[in-house]
Amino acid sequence: MSVSDIQAPVNERRPATAGMPMLHKAIFAVLFVLLAILPMLVYPVFAMKVMCFALFAAAFNLLLGFGGLLSFGHAAYFGGASYVAAHASKVWGWTPEASILVGTLAAGLLGLAIGALAIRRQGIYFAMVTLAFAQMVYFFALQADFTGGEDGIQSVPRGELFGLFSVNSNEALYYLVLAITFGGILFLYRIVHSPFGQVLKAIRENEPRAISLGYRVNRYKLMVFVLSASFAGLAGATKSQVFQLASLTDVHWSMSGEVVLMTLLGGVGTVFGPILGATIVVTMQNYLASMGAWVTVIQGVIFVLGVLLFREGIIGVLSKWLKRPL
Amino acid sequence: MKKTILGALTVASFGLPAMAQDNIEVTLGVLNDRSGVYADLSGEGSVVAARMAVEDFDAASKGLDVEVISADHQNKPDIASNIARQWYDQDGVDAILDVPTSSTALAVADITAQANKILIDSGAGSTQLTGEQCQPTTIHWTYDTAALAKGTGGAVTEAGDKKWFFLTADYAFGHSLEEETMKIVEESGGEIVGSVRHPFPATDFSSFLLQAQASGADVIGLANAGGDTVNAIKQASEFGITQSGQSLAALLMFITDVHALGAQTAQGLVLTEAFYWDHDDETREWSARFEEKFGSKPTMVHAGVYSGTMHYLRAVEATGSTDGDVVAEWMKANEFDDPLFGEGYVRKDGRVIHDMHLYEVKTPDESTGEWDLYKHVSTIPGEEAFLPMEGSGCAFANES
Repeated sequence: MSVSDIQAPVNERRPATAGMPMLHKAIFAVLFVLLAILPMLVYPVFAMKVMCFALFAAAFNLLLGFGGLLSFGHAAYFGGASYVAAHASKVWGWTPEASILVGTLAAGLLGLAIGALAIRRQGIYFAMVTLAFAQMVYFFALQADFTGGEDGIQSVPRGELFGLFSVNSNEALYYLVLAITFGGILFLYRIVHSPFGQVLKAIRENEPRAISLGYRVNRYKLMVFVLSASFAGLAGATKSQVFQLASLTDVHWSMSGEVVLMTLLGGVGTVFGPILGATIVVTMQNYLASMGAWVTVIQGVIFVLGVLLFREGIIGVLSKWLKRPL
Repeated sequence: MKKTILGALTVASFGLPAMAQDNIEVTLGVLNDRSGVYADLSGEGSVVAARMAVEDFDAASKGLDVEVISADHQNKPDIASNIARQWYDQDGVDAILDVPTSSTALAVADITAQANKILIDSGAGSTQLTGEQCQPTTIHWTYDTAALAKGTGGAVTEAGDKKWFFLTADYAFGHSLEEETMKIVEESGGEIVGSVRHPFPATDFSSFLLQAQASGADVIGLANAGGDTVNAIKQASEFGITQSGQSLAALLMFITDVHALGAQTAQGLVLTEAFYWDHDDETREWSARFEEKFGSKPTMVHAGVYSGTMHYLRAVEATGSTDGDVVAEWMKANEFDDPLFGEGYVRKDGRVIHDMHLYEVKTPDESTGEWDLYKHVSTIPGEEAFLPMEGSGCAFANES
């Protein structure tokens, strides 16, 4: 698959003015207010799960939508970080922010090692290399002692933030997760709209031209790979604190597939697409849980409909109608 | 979470006048795999079993308003944990039942203890549930891997098949099952002539089976689960292993797996179960009623959900409370005499002690019907079948 087939070109029309356009500011503001009152409307743990996956999808979108690199192994960073963070909290007794930080760092380092090798190949080969490394991480998690095999790391204490504030209650933890994910998504937004992001888009559009202009393309690719892996790790590490466990689900290849689904459904290369995509997928998994096997069938139907009717993803199509990048 | 309420069943509305009465409201949540590999052995059947328990207990006339709800945890611990929290915090669930796969069971056990409710686990096999990760509010009803290892490993060796060869799935579960069984085989005077580890999951067992065949072992122990066990048995049948005098021992297998394989393929296989529908008159009567409602014979997991629910409802009726600690204490203090599991009791660490049975799969000639699959070999008394509480690593049970 050539990656240039699946990107949304809508973002290119944005005038290269500095700062955030009013529309985006307004949407972020509405989103923030909505998220701030969300625990009163839905169950906080569910809302936290949605936010973790939104950050995960946004991190993946940085790589696919703006870097033009399709990774099939993002579960390795998401799950790897959740194991490291869970281990730090449970065995070393670290505070939540320290655990999340060390999980994120671990994912970044893993991304550096895997990315350095993977970016030497393009297209389908790149995807296969990332998948192969992710499978290695999966088997490591299955076999290693500290990961607890198929039981995972259970009963991770939530602890006290900075050793001061208890985040044992769902409500307290919710606002910590809100701060982390919202901050993370804003940071990703800043990356995309920085000069670095502009170069990334140039490389995505025409790599030989970017090289001829004097850019060291591989360094940019590696940088965006490491950034994407780190933010995926941030999401995974945060999730391990929310659910108080790290398990094989998070490193399984189907998790890598799920994040692709979320991003495509919402809209590749859009700012808000991954957030919406993650919300839809997680909500389906959660609220349709009682329907058993129908969950996967419904997921499949929605995906097929998405591909047929909203090829650029829901937000991608919306943004086309509005003739404005979203 | 309203949508997870599957055909909410309120038993109490039958026959009771609508006047004010101090009924205790009890909500039971059946949380298991309804779409994946364990859907047959747990799934909807466990919901049917829980409802049968509510009816048979005659909860309505005893002042209990019991409702049974269910959800699919998709074998993912994070989904299980999310549903369990929501059930306890928002939907007023008092006890969670079933929960197969150890990772989800351990996650739910933890949340149950925090919420001071009850978990009656029937589907999971990890000894951790009543070992190092035990919780005062966990009741582990049906089986665990140690009991299966004890039943199959010990009884087979004592019956004269001394030489064992192990075919082990190469991950933590396989390793611990192999280790537990090896220990028991050696204690019973057997000998380990070899073992081989296969990748998980595996589809081609031919080279492993040839090694097993060449080892000269009397018994090939299958320390794996689910699809791996089924594949290994199918291929062993193609290699004619059981016909050539070696026997196969499955260390974790359910009647639904044997039913799927059929007597032709699975004949001669020995395995341990806590419950078999054709055990005695009472199990036959119950299983016939179950089959009428559900369409197939119950597994031991279904039976465990039924019996666990019964004992739980007895506790709620006696104590008039749904508080986790109070109910758990009553359940542990009072023995039960159950139509499906016989006499038994809940040990202090939450391990339920009842007899286990060793079965051999019938040959197609012996089998008279689709579900007529097992012949009884021996009974392992509960006291011997399960690991002793001392040294299990369960802190609260071993203090003082």
